[in-house]
Amino acid sequence: MTRALINVPAKAKRGDIIEIKTLISHPMESGYRVGTNGQMIPRDIIHRFVCTYNGDEVFRAELSPAIAANPFISFFTVATESGSIAFEWAGDNGFAASERADITIE
Amino acid sequence: MNLNRRQFLVGSAGIGLAAALPLGTATATPAMLEEAIHGVVGEATLHQGKVTLDVPPLVENGNVVPLTITVDSPMSEADHVKAIHVFNEKNPQPHVISIAFGPRAGKAIVSTRIKLAEAQRVVGIAEMSDGSFWSGEAHVIVTIAACVEDVN
Amino acid sequence: MIEGPRRWCFLAAIGFAVVAAAQAGEIPASDRRTDYQLMSPELRQMQDDDTVNPGMLWVLDGEALWERKEGSQGKSCADCHGGAAASMKGVAARYPTIDPKLGQPIDLEGRINACRTVHQGAPPLDFESKELLALTVYVARQSKGLPIDIPDNPATARFVDAGRSIFERRQGQLNLSCAQCHDDNWGQKLAGATIPQGHPNGYPVYRLEWQSLGSLQRRLRNCLFGMRAEPYAYGASEMTELELFLAWRARGLAIETPAVRP
Repeated sequence: MTRALINVPAKAKRGDIIEIKTLISHPMESGYRVGTNGQMIPRDIIHRFVCTYNGDEVFRAELSPAIAANPFISFFTVATESGSIAFEWAGDNGFAASERADITIE
Repeated sequence: MNLNRRQFLVGSAGIGLAAALPLGTATATPAMLEEAIHGVVGEATLHQGKVTLDVPPLVENGNVVPLTITVDSPMSEADHVKAIHVFNEKNPQPHVISIAFGPRAGKAIVSTRIKLAEAQRVVGIAEMSDGSFWSGEAHVIVTIAACVEDVN
Repeated sequence: MIEGPRRWCFLAAIGFAVVAAAQAGEIPASDRRTDYQLMSPELRQMQDDDTVNPGMLWVLDGEALWERKEGSQGKSCADCHGGAAASMKGVAARYPTIDPKLGQPIDLEGRINACRTVHQGAPPLDFESKELLALTVYVARQSKGLPIDIPDNPATARFVDAGRSIFERRQGQLNLSCAQCHDDNWGQKLAGATIPQGHPNGYPVYRLEWQSLGSLQRRLRNCLFGMRAEPYAYGASEMTELELFLAWRARGLAIETPAVRP
């Protein structure tokens, strides 16, 4: 089943500042909601998101329970060279997901 | 580019701490917000400015609030934003998101969607490469769509 | 005594008056509009941009499920229907429809499950399951932009009327009918939120309240809960009759699936 929706331009000119959009499927259960049995529903969130560009870290976010479900994060990075932009998410209960997108620099 | 991970993790360690707090405690207070900000800024001066929080002033549902944080910075090697920390005032815990940047970002602009429990302030703190701290904030009113369901 | 063409005009005029009276309170076509218009610019953008619309996560799942071989027949949807963009275009716009075998209304979820049991030899998918939502939203999305088109024939009209009487009936502890809010008071405020006309043209919908995609039946259960009335069970005949009436009531509005709603 689809985990994530990534948008990275396939091509860019060297030095362009490109926008990257990421959307991942995850309930982001805050840990503050009470279930129908009267018990707190345990926290279950993604707490880290890292983007690397040909292995170099270019963006990192630490997420809290205040991030909405199906976390959407969009940010910018400078198109430096052709290669691979990789995304990793890590969360509670051993959650781990990764995606990558290739980019060609003209 | 080396993100100074230790400094960043220290700043965002509060998120880990908050997770260790007993759940179901009273909702956050402005005092918790100030304490969280202090955890990042320490004794340094907190300047007002450079940080803009774009959030709708009136929100239809606090479960999904679009937020864009923009920091006015050339994002050059010499002068850039190292980190952004966003806090809230009235959720059960004060953290929202902490972001580590560097000059490779090009622009210090991040968009995401957050949860807000009720009408409150959202505060953004930017940590610059020269060690200075800048802040900006927004005030959001939260309404809830009518006819909600049982939590299931 | 009125003779000739004038007699027919006279009878038609009476017929029209009777029909018009039965529809008193219904939103006139010129005022009928999608609840998209009540949303903030940020939410509209969330809906309009496929790269940021959370509902697209389910559409992509549906696209994968469309190709998956299922059941004792080992067939996928694609095996019979080919590419969904062509074969499913216009389908959601005319659902719910009257199933000729059952002689009763069937919605898109019901149609998908009927295909599974009859043609794929697979068990029906549970209501609100990720898979049923994914397939439904994928199929409905192929009609995006097309106007809802429920036909005006006696077989359909009988069930539209059944749905209408549910819509207009006072129910629950508040003794409130759907029509009182959504026909008579749309556009006004209820506890800080603007009352929508309540059209089904974006379903399955990513509802912010749910932080998830969900079906029209789920939303109707929320409505009934909000009215302090007993919610109809998933799959109940009242549900499909109400869904059919709502589609008929929204005729002409464009499908927006997957919509975003508060």
